[in-house]
Amino acid sequence: MKIIRPTIICFLLLSLITGIAYPLAITLIANVGFRHQAEGSLIDKNGRPTVDESAAVGSFLIGQTFDQPQYFWSRPSATSPMPYNAAASSGSNIGPSILGDTVKSRVDALHQADPANSSPIPIDLVTASGSGLDPHESVAAADYQISRISRIRRMDAEQLHALIARHTQDRAFGLFGEKVVNVLELNLELDQVASIAAASQPAATTK
Amino acid sequence: MTTTGLFQIALYLAVLLLLVKPLGSFMARVYRFQPLFGLDLALGPIEHLTYKLCGVRKDDEQNWKTYALSCLAFNLLGVLAVYVLQRVQTMLPLNPAAMSAVSPDSSFNTATSFATNTNWQGYVGESTMSYLTQMLGLTVQNFVSAATGMAVLAALIRGIARKTTDKLGSFWVDLTRSTLYILLPLSALLAIVLLWQGVPQTFSKYKTANVLQPSSYTTPHLDKDNTPVKDAKGNPVMDTVNVATQSIAVGPVASQIAIKQLGTNGGGFFNVNSAHPLENPTGLSNFLEVLAILLIPAALCYTFGLMVGDKRQGWTVLAAMVIIFLALVIPCVHFEQSGNPTLNALADQHETALQPGGNMEGKEARLGPINSAIWAVATTGASNGSVNSMHDSFTPLGGLCPLWMIQLSEVVFGGVGSGLYGMLIYVIVAVFIAGLMVGRTPEYLGKKIESYEMKMAAIIVLVPPALCLIGTAIACVSPAGLLGPSNPGIHGFSEMLYGMSSQGNNNGSAFAGLNANTPFYNLLGGILMLFSRYWIVVPTLAIAGSLARKKLIPASAGTLPTHTPLFVFLLVSTVILVGALTFLPALALGPIVEHLKLIGL
Repeated sequence: MKIIRPTIICFLLLSLITGIAYPLAITLIANVGFRHQAEGSLIDKNGRPTVDESAAVGSFLIGQTFDQPQYFWSRPSATSPMPYNAAASSGSNIGPSILGDTVKSRVDALHQADPANSSPIPIDLVTASGSGLDPHESVAAADYQISRISRIRRMDAEQLHALIARHTQDRAFGLFGEKVVNVLELNLELDQVASIAAASQPAATTK
Repeated sequence: MTTTGLFQIALYLAVLLLLVKPLGSFMARVYRFQPLFGLDLALGPIEHLTYKLCGVRKDDEQNWKTYALSCLAFNLLGVLAVYVLQRVQTMLPLNPAAMSAVSPDSSFNTATSFATNTNWQGYVGESTMSYLTQMLGLTVQNFVSAATGMAVLAALIRGIARKTTDKLGSFWVDLTRSTLYILLPLSALLAIVLLWQGVPQTFSKYKTANVLQPSSYTTPHLDKDNTPVKDAKGNPVMDTVNVATQSIAVGPVASQIAIKQLGTNGGGFFNVNSAHPLENPTGLSNFLEVLAILLIPAALCYTFGLMVGDKRQGWTVLAAMVIIFLALVIPCVHFEQSGNPTLNALADQHETALQPGGNMEGKEARLGPINSAIWAVATTGASNGSVNSMHDSFTPLGGLCPLWMIQLSEVVFGGVGSGLYGMLIYVIVAVFIAGLMVGRTPEYLGKKIESYEMKMAAIIVLVPPALCLIGTAIACVSPAGLLGPSNPGIHGFSEMLYGMSSQGNNNGSAFAGLNANTPFYNLLGGILMLFSRYWIVVPTLAIAGSLARKKLIPASAGTLPTHTPLFVFLLVSTVILVGALTFLPALALGPIVEHLKLIGL
């Protein structure tokens, strides 16, 4: 019964084909056709695609921590040791019955940053994402923060709505996934149109 | 459930079922050595070179014992290779992040996990495995473990279709052809679309970016021995760390993601699997990835119908699968969309034009609760085990759906090959039960089902539940097992039950709060995975061998037709009954009690 020879040879050959040739071929295609995506979809400070790491402020597809009042906050992240650790993705894995206190403290933080805002808080803004690296939030979550940001940046709400609309991605082909806002892109443009330094100026000059 | 939810489920199933016939008939051509539209001309030389170097002939068919031995020997070598690669990755190239050698127990668990098509991942991918280990170890097993399942299925189908022979085909030929003509082309296609959508594919080291808003965090101050330092009052001393950059893990991701979905493997590149935006960047990538989970298992039903010469038999099995799938996906979407009752007073969980709402803990904004729930049920039905959301944070009854789907022995679509051969065993059981009811010798497609087949079928039906329940019981009574769950109380029990069910059925998904990367869980899980894979493969091949030897008996007035709605009902009932009788007590202790507590009873 011949078993040993085919076992070894077949294993080596299939390893070569599927473990070396296949990934290398895909890498080659990636380098020729999809260079930017292949290197992690990095963007520069103007929000433009780049493959140059030194110019990168982050990735179009990886969220960052935004918890200061002048920025649109990103969703809570459960990665450790710090949020949005893109070298160790993780969800919270907190079960549904013990989640209340965690969400309560996030709700309190939002209220504290904007006491006058009594609109209901969109659920995704107070729950940790699956990856801990969610680059997006719902349109409702961004809209909720307009009152705080317009006060701090002295911008009017209309302008912020337009900004959010510019960074909203609809469902793919109108069918797949959910409608979301890219938080890093949104904050990059926010800094460009209304820097904090300009905040002391009357709101009209920022238009 | 909202109309959006119903529409998404309908869209998914419609596209899936449209693809069943074209792919199913293509795969039948592969196993019947018919021309493959030019693909065989392109890859034929590689195929024939493989046979030549292996010293096997394409028409040199094996009996069931040789087939089974070849399969076991090949898989054993796979386990050894993955184990060794992990242990020595420091000495090998393509390790830019300087990952250290993986511990022996974790290496054992991962090696069995990938060779058995389970892809349970006790480790954190982006901080454990070198690029070479991911490619040459894990990606290879993603292909060949899937191809192994397809080969065993091909042998079983031949056993049913042939008469008075002991030949079932050649394992080497089925393995090679499944890999070259089915898995490889489909993976390349999917990988390219995923690249376009934003999945990385690079050998460069992790990227570093200067973040827009620097932040800081505190962490316990550690001394030289890595123990936390305390001040005079006994409070831990904390260090403040400023964060001005972000290190972004990348790698040869697209090539691995494509096959891990198509081969119902599920072992992702990153820790959070397809919830990671670089594994699953868009709504479109999500749809294609979740489609890829059920694509081959569903299409194989049509292949089966063609190969036994009666397409209705394939559609019957597929219909039973779709019915059970619907019965679990609809409640799962409903409960996840309804949200978490304890959070109603704190936040807005309703679906509006501006937000998907629902239970969003552990879910990605671009995917939302509907697509997360559809994925959860598909991945557990199919023994895939990849996730695009954290099942641990599902509502109790939402999480019960994927858990029970696993416990139905992975036959609702199931793993590539393994799902259908598992389901065909249930067909034999259903035929047997029907035979008992009317007092006739049961038969299936002209073959008498006798005591030998029933003994083997009984082993196959009983092994996975026994492994799950005994595994959970061991974890519940051993101190090392009780250290695993991260959630307290009932939910902690669910985490253990899910983990053992997942490994005892070769699924691989997790209630990921279970801290399973410990010697106890790595060894227990590794053993469960080995037993549940090979204790099913061998009896399945034994049945194939026994059926192939039998004569065909012509259908008579007393033959139970196996292509009718009545038989679909019988088959669904058999699967549900076995799953319900075995697991309801355990489910009642976990998710069901948790649900009752959550709604305040």
